[in-house]
Amino acid sequence: MHKALIQKLVLTVLGMFAFAFALVPLYDVFCDITGLNGKVDLVVAEQSTSVDDSRQVEVSFTTHAKSSAPFQVKAQQYSVSVQPGKLSEVRFVAHNLSDTARVMQAIPSVSPGQAAKYLHKLACFCFDQQPLDANQSMEFVLRFYVDTELPKDVQELTLSYTLYDITESETAYSGEQTQSQFVSQYYLIQTNPVRGPQNG
Amino acid sequence: MSTTAQDQTVSHEHHGAPSGLKRWLFTTNHKDIGSLYLLFSLLMFLTGGAMAMVIRAELFQPGMQLVDPHFFNQMTTVHGLVMVFGAVMPAFTGLANWMIPMMIGAPDMALPRMNNWSFWILPFAFAILLASLFMEGGGPAFGWTFYAPLSTTYSNDNTALFVFAVHIMGVSSIMGAINVIVTIVNMRAPGMTWMKLPLFVWTWLITAFLLIAVMPVLAGAVTMVLTDKYFGTSFFDAAGGGDPVMFQHIFWFFGHPEVYIMILPAFGIISTIVPTFSRKKLFGYASMVYATSSIALLSFVVWAHHMFTTGMPLAGELFFMYATMLISVPTGVKVFNWVATMWRGSISFEIPMMFAIAFIVLFTLGGFSGLMLAITPADFQYHDTYFVVAHFHYVLVTGAVFSIMAAAYYWLPKWTGNMFNETLAQWHFWLSLVSVNVLFFPMHFVGLAGMPRRIPDYALQFADFNAIISVGGFAFGLSQLLFVAVVFKCVAGGKPAEDKVWDGAEGLEWQVASPAPYHTFSTPPKVD
Ligand code: HEM
Ligand SMILES: [Cu+2]
Repeated sequence: MHKALIQKLVLTVLGMFAFAFALVPLYDVFCDITGLNGKVDLVVAEQSTSVDDSRQVEVSFTTHAKSSAPFQVKAQQYSVSVQPGKLSEVRFVAHNLSDTARVMQAIPSVSPGQAAKYLHKLACFCFDQQPLDANQSMEFVLRFYVDTELPKDVQELTLSYTLYDITESETAYSGEQTQSQFVSQYYLIQTNPVRGPQNG
Repeated sequence: MSTTAQDQTVSHEHHGAPSGLKRWLFTTNHKDIGSLYLLFSLLMFLTGGAMAMVIRAELFQPGMQLVDPHFFNQMTTVHGLVMVFGAVMPAFTGLANWMIPMMIGAPDMALPRMNNWSFWILPFAFAILLASLFMEGGGPAFGWTFYAPLSTTYSNDNTALFVFAVHIMGVSSIMGAINVIVTIVNMRAPGMTWMKLPLFVWTWLITAFLLIAVMPVLAGAVTMVLTDKYFGTSFFDAAGGGDPVMFQHIFWFFGHPEVYIMILPAFGIISTIVPTFSRKKLFGYASMVYATSSIALLSFVVWAHHMFTTGMPLAGELFFMYATMLISVPTGVKVFNWVATMWRGSISFEIPMMFAIAFIVLFTLGGFSGLMLAITPADFQYHDTYFVVAHFHYVLVTGAVFSIMAAAYYWLPKWTGNMFNETLAQWHFWLSLVSVNVLFFPMHFVGLAGMPRRIPDYALQFADFNAIISVGGFAFGLSQLLFVAVVFKCVAGGKPAEDKVWDGAEGLEWQVASPAPYHTFSTPPKVD
């Protein structure tokens, strides 16, 4: 007489175990819609059609290298003041501090989180994995604009890059890549996680 | 001796207990397994307590004195894990094993063999966890909440042992919960309708559903930590497309219902003890059942109150703030019901009642500090300070642990057939009551003043309060040895207990002899 009930309970347990893993894609979808976690889409945006010249938004840049990643990336201006809708360019200089060739991946994040989906990038070094020779310096251009739809209470936002050393996992994707190839790869990584950098 | 029919065990091959170690290893008897759970929990309570003593010894004075920071972190981590999964949860499972069959008039738990398994895998889980402390690199040091990336990128290689230990603990509690549900649903004596169930049974039924819903999520979380660390996934690693904040969402989706898993059975115990010693029926039985259910349901939608400072949007902060505050409504209903039960009752102050009253006052205090933490802007100040430590020790020590002690004193005479030593128990109660407040109350103050939790050193201005806290801690720790003494003396002998130990007590468990015979209710009693 217990069997039917036990079956249901065991199914619930298995279901909840699966649910824990289902939370992973659900979380991504949820954050995509709401922009909750400040994750930025790694896709090339279209140019804006309108400009809101009634206000200025302060955009600052920070970068930080993840523990043992031997990179330094600096924006040439600490911050820029932009009109929503208007395209801006900022130069970044990346430096490989190690004596070996390394591959860098920058992961962008926007704070406050809800502003993430209003920051559009037309060109960004974060779209690609960036191979850097030993001690090499390289210049990149970030081209972006802030959406005219950006909520009025957001007057400043910060674009932050976390730099990862992905030399080891990169070998799988050697060769030239186009941007769209990378983008599809990025989504592949998201749904089918691969190992990131190995830090001590 | 009561001479009701259920007590007459027909003599066939398994009427008594086999003797020796085998009795305990192979037992499928709910009373044996209940005793095993309770003793194991006592052992873990002392083990976890010893770690707390290390923590308080280090914090007795500012500066680094006794242990290095890495070991200090292992102590806070393993103290939390041992107390949550080794002391509080097994104690409640032990009480469930002993009392639920007797309270609903069933001969045993529904799945006795699985019951044996769910207990006997526990010692292995804790052996693995504790052994990791002695290995190279040490045990887990990332907090009982094992936030990624602390537990993935920055942990040592023994993390796999932690993961397996948690898996086993999870399997054990899930099996225990299934057993409880099947027993309660299928094995009630004729006439024991849902709205006649003793509240301890009701609260455990709801707890068991919570366990089934969230322990698998915990198992999922540790599995993801395992694969992130050892098998190259990046659930919580931004470089691979993951997100460390997601770890916190998954963990607290388990974690908040978990705190209710540790308190709902306590509500059941208090709802049993207060009427007995007030010599009145419980005020608002039905509202207690509904309050418990709504607490359980609401507990699924408040988890992010642990994450106010992770940068949620305003709407999220507001939602989780109001949802959290909403839980205090059904909790308040319970507290008012207990007070109303005592109102104009003929109260007597036996030891179980003393613990129950202390529970009501001090648990409520912990609920108030919880409400303060639920105020989002205030939590930005309080989060990760000793104020949080004060909050959860009031609800867990003077809440859950006090209720377990109340239950132990309440049913010990039924279990052993002997009365416990009243004087010793009085000493235990009063020393615990005073020392627990010396221990935890000043934590509110140092927390509000900004002392961070989980740090082995602190700024000089906190020195006096920390010395007082440590003294309270040592006193509380030592007082628990009195409890051990009371329990073992009571098992060894004492004034024989009557079948109905407390004159105001109600329920089927008081109809059987004291000590409760090995088999009870082999033929179901009639409930009317
Ligand atoms: C009125 C009811 C309650 C409210 C409003 C409440 C609220 C909160 C809040 C907001 C926090 C997060 C504080 C922070 O980290 O900044 C918290 C932490 C905590 N609460 Fe409660 N709580 C309540 C009852 C309980 C109960 C009944 C228990 C357990 C029996 C409990 C156990 C805990 C624990 C263990 C933590 C800390 C977890 C950690 O970070 O290690 N709480 N509570
Ligand atoms: Cu909570």
